[in-house]
Amino acid sequence: MSVNAIASYKQLEQQSKVKNLILRWFLYFILILFASYFIFPLYVMIVTSFKTMEEIRQGTLLTLPGELNFKSWAVAWGGRGYGAGDTFLRPYFWNSIKMVVPAVVVSTFIGAMTGYVLTKWRFKGDSWIFLFLLFGCFIPFQAILLPMARTLGFLGISNSILGLVVVHIVYGIPFTTLFFRNYYVSIPNELIKAARIDGAGFFKIFFKILLPISAPIIVVTVIWQFTQIWNDFLFGATFSFGKAAPIQVALNNMVLSSTSVKEYNVDMASAIIAGIPTLIVYVLAGKYFIRGLTSGAVKG
Amino acid sequence: MKTLKIEDLSKNFGSTEVLKKINLEIDEGNFLVLLGPSGCGKSTLLNIIAGLETINEGNVYIDDYNVSKVEPKDRNIAMVFQSYALYPSMNVKENMVFGLKQAKTSKEKIEEQLKKVSTFLQVGELLNRKPSQLSGGQRQRVAIGRALVREPRIFLFDEPLSNLDAKLRVEMRREIKKLHQTLKTTVVYVTHDQTEAMSLGTKIAIMNHGVIQQNDTPEIIYNKPNNTFVADFIGSPSMNLIKGNLVQNSNKISFVAEGSDNSIQIPMNNYNFDKKIEFNNKEIYFGIRPEHIHFKKSNENDFEIKLRADLSEYIGHEQIVTFNYSNQEILAKFASTIKIQMNKEMSLYFDLSHISLFDKSSKERI
Amino acid sequence: MFKWLEKNLPKIVLAPAVGLISWFVYGFILWTFYISFTNSKILPKYELWGVGQYVKLWASRKWLIAVDNLLIFTVLFLVICIVIGIILAIFLDQKIRAEGVLRTIYLYPMALSFIVTGTAWKWILNPTLGIQKLFIDMGFENFTFDWLVNRDMAIYTIVIAGVWQSSGFVMALFLAGLRSIEDEIVKAAKIDGANLFTVYWKILIPMMRPVFFTSFVILVHISIKSYDLIVALTQGGPGISTTMPALFMTQAAFHKSQVGLSAASAMMMFMAVAAVIIPYLYSELRRENVS
Repeated sequence: MSVNAIASYKQLEQQSKVKNLILRWFLYFILILFASYFIFPLYVMIVTSFKTMEEIRQGTLLTLPGELNFKSWAVAWGGRGYGAGDTFLRPYFWNSIKMVVPAVVVSTFIGAMTGYVLTKWRFKGDSWIFLFLLFGCFIPFQAILLPMARTLGFLGISNSILGLVVVHIVYGIPFTTLFFRNYYVSIPNELIKAARIDGAGFFKIFFKILLPISAPIIVVTVIWQFTQIWNDFLFGATFSFGKAAPIQVALNNMVLSSTSVKEYNVDMASAIIAGIPTLIVYVLAGKYFIRGLTSGAVKG
Repeated sequence: MKTLKIEDLSKNFGSTEVLKKINLEIDEGNFLVLLGPSGCGKSTLLNIIAGLETINEGNVYIDDYNVSKVEPKDRNIAMVFQSYALYPSMNVKENMVFGLKQAKTSKEKIEEQLKKVSTFLQVGELLNRKPSQLSGGQRQRVAIGRALVREPRIFLFDEPLSNLDAKLRVEMRREIKKLHQTLKTTVVYVTHDQTEAMSLGTKIAIMNHGVIQQNDTPEIIYNKPNNTFVADFIGSPSMNLIKGNLVQNSNKISFVAEGSDNSIQIPMNNYNFDKKIEFNNKEIYFGIRPEHIHFKKSNENDFEIKLRADLSEYIGHEQIVTFNYSNQEILAKFASTIKIQMNKEMSLYFDLSHISLFDKSSKERI
Repeated sequence: MFKWLEKNLPKIVLAPAVGLISWFVYGFILWTFYISFTNSKILPKYELWGVGQYVKLWASRKWLIAVDNLLIFTVLFLVICIVIGIILAIFLDQKIRAEGVLRTIYLYPMALSFIVTGTAWKWILNPTLGIQKLFIDMGFENFTFDWLVNRDMAIYTIVIAGVWQSSGFVMALFLAGLRSIEDEIVKAAKIDGANLFTVYWKILIPMMRPVFFTSFVILVHISIKSYDLIVALTQGGPGISTTMPALFMTQAAFHKSQVGLSAASAMMMFMAVAAVIIPYLYSELRRENVS
């Protein structure tokens, strides 16, 4: 006698079909509901940036503009043209570019070499060194703001793009090291041993053997660093002001400065401009971005 | 009433035909092994029987009920997986009674079943442990226990021994055999290991490329393979397949190996031909197993042949010697105590009552 | 000479990274730690003053509000992100047709800076022209949504924006975790008669313990560091009703000329993060060594 009684099979077949259909619809409904929650702000930003202030006051967040008004975009990017007090994004956009590029390149390179040494040239205590460096990923930066501000002052590079580059390189090293170390750990050591038998030295092995197969992790690291540095506000706001500010600081200043009338369309256009580079990177290379987030985080 | 019946079953994955018009029947208490190389469709067939895969064409019947569209839980089957698939966050006891709980079985019945099965499988002391704290063999037993408590009509095994090391595999194989003998359950067992299949099964269905090549008892499959695929797949080392021709001389039919000078003609008159064929100059494969080639005459009908020994592999209890037959390699199995001289001709005796002939082009048995 | 160089090359190559981190991380933290025990005002003084700053800190109404806000925010942020993350991950695990598109949509907020996020949500939550007007114009005449300027509710606007930014990340972690489970376990559960809900609730989710742990640590970490979002969304207002420790620290240092007090607050933040990170790293390392 079996424990499960043999049921009416035809009935069961019907029941499960209907149930499955209902479940499927529910699933899609919830997923689309959440998708709207996530898309909503982007939609609002874009739509608002193309409206006139009149349209904004008359309509709601959701109403489409009557026609595509690019004036706010021009103002956000190039200003109103009346000289002093007129803040616009263009110079700060370029500040950020000038800051991001060297910072990403140098921090990635240092991370790669450090990850290389820690995995392929083991020595006693190297795990401790890795831990030592890893710690830098987790510290709240408030704990270093004060001494860093003074140090930049001493070095004469406070309130400069160079200063920010230095800061971002230093605090990017723990992350870039983490990424490369985790990647190189899974590359078989036999590759290195074979190269050493063939007579290759330290740097040759790195440049001729490891680097060529490092493309995936380089992409992940570059995307991660680019996003972190472009999106930074804390360091930018603390260590620079005025002319040398990066774009997020400029954006915040623009939005906060309530001169006379708030121009929400300009605010939205500015926000989009500030967000576009990382958004484009994400859309184009999204899966590497995600890979970086999940692997770096999960591996701890 | 057949416990399991598969009727004209076909399954595609995209454009790939994985199962082609499979027909199969099992009586109660039988141990059917689905045997074949990877990719032959055996696991897919098992999954279809379990209800874990959909069917493109055909039907599956359990106890004459058409279960083709029925959920796995309602088919009265249980399955043991290659990786055991024990629930990691539950202990052994919870793992074993999970299915019963889902079926809303009474507490008393659950206790009763649990006690019965855990005693039978000797996993009583493991009940409170988590799967990560068990050895491979213990996990195996718990997985079997999980299937046993549900008293299903059919037990399905999906290569359960593949993850074990060689020694453990042999042990567990015997335990599974003992289980089957004691409980007399109906089993469908998937494996790619022909030794496992031969030792465990009461019936073996050998599959290749989605088609059942032969469905018979182990003895018949071993002695009368249906085609060269089966002949080659079963046996270790596999059956020797010697290329050559059948020659008819008035009423005498004989086999001449390819490339030989007609001097050696193996008489085929006593062979049981399955069909009537044109005998003269028929291109065939002459099949004889290594264990049926002797160094001493043991039967009246043994055919004596002188061949040169080229290589000998010592296995421990036996040796496998490679001989040159008309520039084709054939292997013979002897006891390792026999001294074979390399590169010298010696007398061999083919046991003609144990040969198989196959059509060269169709590869089918004749 | 060259032999020595070659032998020690690895260590030499490590030197920049190790040196920079020693100085700019450990050294700086120690400096801040030291300063927190001094009576520094505009400029750092180096004579020790005892725990005065800490006393002052915990006596400060603003700091207490900041800590209170941090707790409220962290709990809500954590719970809501994980719940949304798990739900989305489970739903996306069901062989959905537009999975790639949906994943992109759920994750893109992470690509934006907190300033952009804050700016967008500040507009959406605008008391007169934002959500409130949307609902009023849709017919709900008496609808009010002035949370942004409401002292008691403003903190929740930060939760809304923060959750929007970070849930996708939690979803990605859980989805990766679910996908790494071999499907034989799900097959076994199906045969055992578990319906979809039971499979997730009783089997798969309990297997996600490491992911819970990781999400917890990362979300708490993000929460303690919250600065950019607050600045963009509320500037800590209205008044100081949404101030947080990070804000407190910056304001004390650069606007109130209270370097010692600021250092003390920074150290409190550091200790809070350490309390979460150190057990996490310890258990991760133990797992790596055991396996």
